[in-house]
Amino acid sequence: MSAARGTGAERRLALLLCAPAAAFMLVVAAFPIVYALWLSLHRADMRAPDQTAFIGFGNYLTVLSSPIWWDAFGVTLFVTVVSTLLELILGMALALVMHRTIVARGLVRTVALIPYGLVTVVAAFSLRYAWTQHTGWLAGASAPLTQTWSSIAIIVLAEVWKTTPFMALLLLAGLVLVPQDVLNAASMDGATSWQRFRRITLPLMKPAILVAVLFRAIDAFRIFDNIYVLTNGAHGTASVSIVAYNNLIRGLNLGIGSTLSVLIVIAIALIAFLLSRLLRSDAPDAPRAWRQR
Amino acid sequence: MKRRPCVSVLVLLGSWLATITACAPVPDGIVLGLYKYQENYFDEVLARCNAEAAGRYTIEQHILPRDADGQREQLVRRLAARDQTMDIVGLDVTWIAEFAEAGWILPWTGADSMAAVEDMLPGPLATMTWQDTVFAVAANTNVQLLWYRTDLVPEPPQTWDEMLVMADSLAAAGKPHVIAFTGAQYEGLVVGFNTLLESYGGSLLSEDGTESAVDERTVQALALLQRFATSAGASPAVGNAHEAEAQAQMENGYAAFQLNWPYVWAAMQVNNPAMMDVFAFTHYPAVVPGRPARVTTGGLDYAVGAYSRYPELAREAILCLRSRENQKFMTLNAGTPPTFRSLYDDPELQAAYPMLDVIQDQLEHAVPRPRTPFYQNVSTVVSHVLSPLRQIEPEATARELDERIQDALESRGLLP
Repeated sequence: MSAARGTGAERRLALLLCAPAAAFMLVVAAFPIVYALWLSLHRADMRAPDQTAFIGFGNYLTVLSSPIWWDAFGVTLFVTVVSTLLELILGMALALVMHRTIVARGLVRTVALIPYGLVTVVAAFSLRYAWTQHTGWLAGASAPLTQTWSSIAIIVLAEVWKTTPFMALLLLAGLVLVPQDVLNAASMDGATSWQRFRRITLPLMKPAILVAVLFRAIDAFRIFDNIYVLTNGAHGTASVSIVAYNNLIRGLNLGIGSTLSVLIVIAIALIAFLLSRLLRSDAPDAPRAWRQR
Repeated sequence: MKRRPCVSVLVLLGSWLATITACAPVPDGIVLGLYKYQENYFDEVLARCNAEAAGRYTIEQHILPRDADGQREQLVRRLAARDQTMDIVGLDVTWIAEFAEAGWILPWTGADSMAAVEDMLPGPLATMTWQDTVFAVAANTNVQLLWYRTDLVPEPPQTWDEMLVMADSLAAAGKPHVIAFTGAQYEGLVVGFNTLLESYGGSLLSEDGTESAVDERTVQALALLQRFATSAGASPAVGNAHEAEAQAQMENGYAAFQLNWPYVWAAMQVNNPAMMDVFAFTHYPAVVPGRPARVTTGGLDYAVGAYSRYPELAREAILCLRSRENQKFMTLNAGTPPTFRSLYDDPELQAAYPMLDVIQDQLEHAVPRPRTPFYQNVSTVVSHVLSPLRQIEPEATARELDERIQDALESRGLLP
């Protein structure tokens, strides 16, 4: 305690000790972010370096008035909402299984986590080959990866298959916190297992659920690798990250590309803000609240 | 032997710090860095040129990814960072204008440029210059041919029209009938469309490469593409077919026709030798009867990196890497078509490489892809506007193409 307040000399020493870490963070985190912001306000194309000029919010106007951005935004939002929802449902089921397992608990939990341990690109390639016409074992004579909605369905499937275990793990952590005596008491009062789940387990788990949804939604919004491998954004399946990659890395347009990156960060910040608002208003330490009632 | 200094430090995410070191032992003296993708048998060419240099320099290859986008990304990033080790860069023929305009590759002048263009066929030669200056030297060239199965198609089609009709009747007879075509949303689709368009006499860009040249011939080419996409000849998977998928359709017996690069000949020998008896090739089908198709050239060019410390030696090394003997060696072993006119008369090559005559014929009428520093943008929007092929509406799609190409040329708007 007293060390935290400390004397002037100690305080200086503390600052000095922190300085290298702070400087490191400034270089690797703050600089790129500020540079991206700076670039997003400029016309900056790598192939025309002498035409770089300040254009205010011109790039933002270009992006936000482009149907390409809004199409990609729609696809990204759709994939985010649908896959997070499916993962929540399946993840909860998986978490319950992992929680209730009596025999070989460690083995069950490990096996359930295998999809999450796989490299996304590898998983996506195996799905792509599986749905290649004639040669893929799931495709037969069809070619689902050449149509918009069937492609999006496969992209969602790839996401869900891959990250449901992660969701389940986060939910399991919440599940463990539900006090057994409360469940027993409810059982004594004649509550069915569904009622116990709906009325006791779910409300008590709410903070864990919201954290899990927050993590996954942020992650899903940045989706890139699955789409890159499965369709490379063809047939109207591009996500915002794919569009950013095409403009920044492939098109070498630093200005537009940085603008896209900034907009993606803003969108993610918005998602995080909305979900965390939900989290704060609904989670005043749920177990204690229940006991006081 | 000495060790090269370990240089590149990579900081990732601020969470971990990895030092990637390139500390392979290298011989003393000048080392010329060569950045290109790995070709089979190329190591031997490299060894020969290093032997020829007799210790004045050693060429050391840095292997780039196989796909063109991956290569370009690495080249551009290094060149934008003024990498001094980039003495020789292997460029896809579509990048010359972009790299020259950005000042990333050095021009060739005087005796060097005379040596570079000597005996070149017009197809590859057209890829070597930008603004009437030689910026790159062709190492190999490429054109697509029509591949077909003699058991299904006794007499190969001369025109697209004939081919579509043949595919229809094969389908009606319940036989393999697919026309394997690189219809995925990527560069291969642009190559296919450019061939159709140029064969109609049209062009994507104006002569000077600054404006879109969409006209009624573009509409014709779009109409043909749309007709193909909705015909029996188009497989449902055409919208996902790259070169490899197109060739797989042939190898697996689903395709009766294939429009693809000559590498498929060697691939078929390895993957499905039983089909070699019926696997044949001929000229790319015409779109206008009696007028040979004008096919799009591909291939690899070498250029000297702008930040090289040894540009003179780099030029010398390039002339060796693509010398007549080395091109011949690569044609014989790796199957890449040569760029020297005289090699097409070489009896040894003609015996070993059956496609040679057809390729030379096509190279006489071959066309480069649109020449502009913004080619990558143009290519990206063209393949996007054309996809999916089935939904092309010739008139409307042509108008959209016109607008989007113009935007791409002015680096305006968003790339899809």
